[in-house]
Amino acid sequence: MSSTPSSDKPNSTNRTEDRQSASSEGPILSVRHLRVEFPVRHANLVALDDVSFDIAPGEVLGVVGESGAGKSMIGNAVIRLLEPPGRIASGEIHLAGRRIDNLPEDDFVRLRGRHIGMIFQDPLTSLNPLFSIGDQLVETIRTHLPLNEKQARALALDLLAEVGIPAPETRFDSYPHQLSGGMRQRVVIVLALAAQPQLIIADEPTTALDVSVQAQILGLLKRLCAGRGAAVMLITHDMGVIAENADRVAVMYAGRLIEIGPVNEVIHRPRHPYTEGLMAAIPRLDGRRERLYQIEGAMPRLAAIPSGCAFHPRCPHAAERCRRERPELIPSGDSLTACWLHDPEAPVVRRQPQGGERVVLVSSTPRPAGEVLVKAIDLVRHFDVSKPWINRVLERTGRVTLKAVDGVSLVIRRGETLSLVGESGCGKSTLARLIVGLYDLTRGRLFYAGEEITDLARRSGRRAAAVRKRFQMIFQDPYASLNPLWRVGAIIGEPLRYFRPEMSDVDRRRRVGKLLEQVGLSAADALRYPHEFSGGQRQRISIARALANEPEFLVCDEPTSALDVSVQAQILNLMKDLQQQYGLTYLFISHDMAVVKHMADRIAVMYLGRIVEVAASDRLFATAYHPYSRMLLDAVPSLEGTGKRRTMIEGEVPNPIHPPSGCAFHPRCPHAFDRCRREVPVLTIRSEGSEVACHAVAEGRIV
Amino acid sequence: MSRSDDPAHGLKGHEAPSRLQAFLASDIVYSWKRQPVVIVASLVTLLMFAGAVFAPWIAPQNPFDPRQLHLIDAFTPPLTTSELTGNFYLLGSDGQGRDVFSAILYGSRISLLVGFASVLFALVLGTTLGLVAGFRGGWRDALLMRIADIQLTFPSILMALLIFGVIRGFLPRSLHAEAAIIVLIIAIGLSDWVQFARAVRGTTMVEKNKEYVQAARVIGLPDVRILFQHILPNVLRPVLVIATIGLALAIIAEATLSFLGVGMPPTQPSLGTLIRVGQDYMFSGEWWILLFPGLALLMLALSVNLLGDWLRDVLNPKLR
Repeated sequence: MSSTPSSDKPNSTNRTEDRQSASSEGPILSVRHLRVEFPVRHANLVALDDVSFDIAPGEVLGVVGESGAGKSMIGNAVIRLLEPPGRIASGEIHLAGRRIDNLPEDDFVRLRGRHIGMIFQDPLTSLNPLFSIGDQLVETIRTHLPLNEKQARALALDLLAEVGIPAPETRFDSYPHQLSGGMRQRVVIVLALAAQPQLIIADEPTTALDVSVQAQILGLLKRLCAGRGAAVMLITHDMGVIAENADRVAVMYAGRLIEIGPVNEVIHRPRHPYTEGLMAAIPRLDGRRERLYQIEGAMPRLAAIPSGCAFHPRCPHAAERCRRERPELIPSGDSLTACWLHDPEAPVVRRQPQGGERVVLVSSTPRPAGEVLVKAIDLVRHFDVSKPWINRVLERTGRVTLKAVDGVSLVIRRGETLSLVGESGCGKSTLARLIVGLYDLTRGRLFYAGEEITDLARRSGRRAAAVRKRFQMIFQDPYASLNPLWRVGAIIGEPLRYFRPEMSDVDRRRRVGKLLEQVGLSAADALRYPHEFSGGQRQRISIARALANEPEFLVCDEPTSALDVSVQAQILNLMKDLQQQYGLTYLFISHDMAVVKHMADRIAVMYLGRIVEVAASDRLFATAYHPYSRMLLDAVPSLEGTGKRRTMIEGEVPNPIHPPSGCAFHPRCPHAFDRCRREVPVLTIRSEGSEVACHAVAEGRIV
Repeated sequence: MSRSDDPAHGLKGHEAPSRLQAFLASDIVYSWKRQPVVIVASLVTLLMFAGAVFAPWIAPQNPFDPRQLHLIDAFTPPLTTSELTGNFYLLGSDGQGRDVFSAILYGSRISLLVGFASVLFALVLGTTLGLVAGFRGGWRDALLMRIADIQLTFPSILMALLIFGVIRGFLPRSLHAEAAIIVLIIAIGLSDWVQFARAVRGTTMVEKNKEYVQAARVIGLPDVRILFQHILPNVLRPVLVIATIGLALAIIAEATLSFLGVGMPPTQPSLGTLIRVGQDYMFSGEWWILLFPGLALLMLALSVNLLGDWLRDVLNPKLR
């Protein structure tokens, strides 16, 4: 990027200002001692506290932090979109040398869009569904630039072409719902960039998108901003995204800036114990650790920010001083960090070796495979997504079926973890729900420990209970998976009440208490309600419920994708411990390849309702055969290659209602040829324990 | 875990607050305290409820008991003590010497009884049907919702009139007076169940796809248990709001029917009946016979309605 990492050291105000007055070009955005408060009924919540930083022209500043850290608050405060009753209590914000935080609202409105562009997380809600994208673009351009209708249209078309929307003329009159998620986010980028603003604030711009599309969008955003010399504030929770795209990184914790520095420094030589822990808690693609480093506890709520250093209750090195005195940002190498460990006069002493070093790298030797526990033969599940009968008659259309799972065969052995990976919409969750009998099978046969359970979804009473008591499921959304009106004790005790009605209330209560302790909560928590717990704690409750009846097989549907990295590490470690303790078998669904690598013994890669490759975990990560598996692996943002350009993958997952002919992957596949368009490939054994469904591989055209 | 170790905020120690304390600290009470209109509305509602419930002890006479009526006191103006019997008439008396104040107390008793009972009837019916339609879907859903659609094309008062007429048609004439109240309740309830069914169906369809319901299914719980233990409590919030607003509507519906002469007979007057009786005297100078029952109805319906609106706003963020 245009700015060299050493040219702008923010925040130690004096130094920065000296340097800036010397250089001809000041920072685009300069935030000084920003404090945002939310006066609410019980307290005055401080959402941002003494935050200062600069962004230079053409620079990408990554702002990272877990949920509740206040990272979005910075963007919203700069563009003055704080939700009431939030307000800027003190501090200054300068845009290109001009103070903007005290501008009257009427003047400020003109800044938005013209000087500051904003890209939000959800591309669907950022666009008005009632206007065509062309109209929205022309309107935006004409609001900010003195162009007539025709010139604006020409500029809009140019911009659409520039962000890689194929045939912009034909797309110009499309409505947002007619575009895919990736395409919509491209349009949002065009909207944000249309008036050539000096500053772009991108708040989780790719979180709602699949990993393959994410790479395309971020690359695009970065290229466009660099070309225009715009400064970018890239707000995200994803360290991989930061590593690849940011020049400098600001780490937030509990509304405070705790570390800021060049991206390589922050990621490879983190100074603050929180950043250190965060980095060590991220599952990596390189090598496999038996356990992830975990930071205990969770981000404090705004109503209960600890005294002194806000991180001290979770910090392994915390000393008395950390509890009393709040650290300022202290220079340490090329970074600045708010931690007494780095106090030049009297540093606090480290208690134990750094988190990252404690972790032992192990090669994953697959556990000795037990007997076959789950056997699925050619599972098919179609959903009828037709319009109502009367519409079909009037519009002369037929029934429409969505082939969510279209012929999946797999085997899960006792004691192993089989991971199912794939992008959203590929049928992973449907397959999981078929296996636990939440959905009826359209076709196919299902066996559990030798017994045929094809009809499980239709079974009732004791006949179902005999099978159902042997497996359980853990869900993705920790907020929706617990009945909000039930006490935790009743939630966890429910399987016991149903499967073991003979159990006395006292025994059950004792068992619930024990389960809570097993998952790292306390027995007293049984009396509380789910809303009193954080996301990670709720997921622990879900796990406790799943374990209540001592099942042997757990289906986990993206159990950590709604959680923060440090909490994810806690949950993944817990799941591994429980597996070891009880010899559990997991079907572990995830879209995150690094998490899968950490958890899985074997991996099944799914694309549009079919399994395209099954292989032992090590095998797949070493040599993936199927082009789609390779694509997934390439698309993972890596912490190692900072600034490295990933292999770009074109296209997105097609609509499963009208899947492509032959091999469903052929429109995106660089190796596709005639046969792929005609003939559906079947899974064939490629090498020991590895099966691939690909014509190109079968014919030896890919090695 | 570092959950409870925030000593600065453990204000009341670590014991869980009692239910009453928790309620008093809740957002509902907080919002109530800050809205004078709502406070007034609840006071008025409370006052009228109390008046209705304790009518036999408050009212100077029992207007249903002909022996207590003094025909010679007919048309006594308000705030007047009768020279003939020495009775004081706070709000005057009507053509039969009935104390209007007492009649209003007893009348609102009937109005509230019909209101509550018909809302309860509509609530139970609508919630049950809505649960089934939302949970099972398919033809049950289609059938129920089409019936609901058809019913919604008629004004509900027309529907109540129709149902009232049909049920009365099946009853022997001798039962008409005694059964009037029950027939009214059924008629109003049947005309009002659609609101509940629609809201419950919608919420049920949202709730049944939530993961806590799926978790219950993975355990293998029977549908009935999932429906009543998991889903029902979670759909009751909108039901509560509709019921409060529905109460005002039901009271007005009863008054309308009685006003039209198909509701409560003049021997057991509800507020609506009193208004009907009163309007005969409106232009002959005895304005109080109409005005006070009318005001009572207005205040009751308005304050209940205001409470319902407020309740909807307070609970709204959690509706979806």
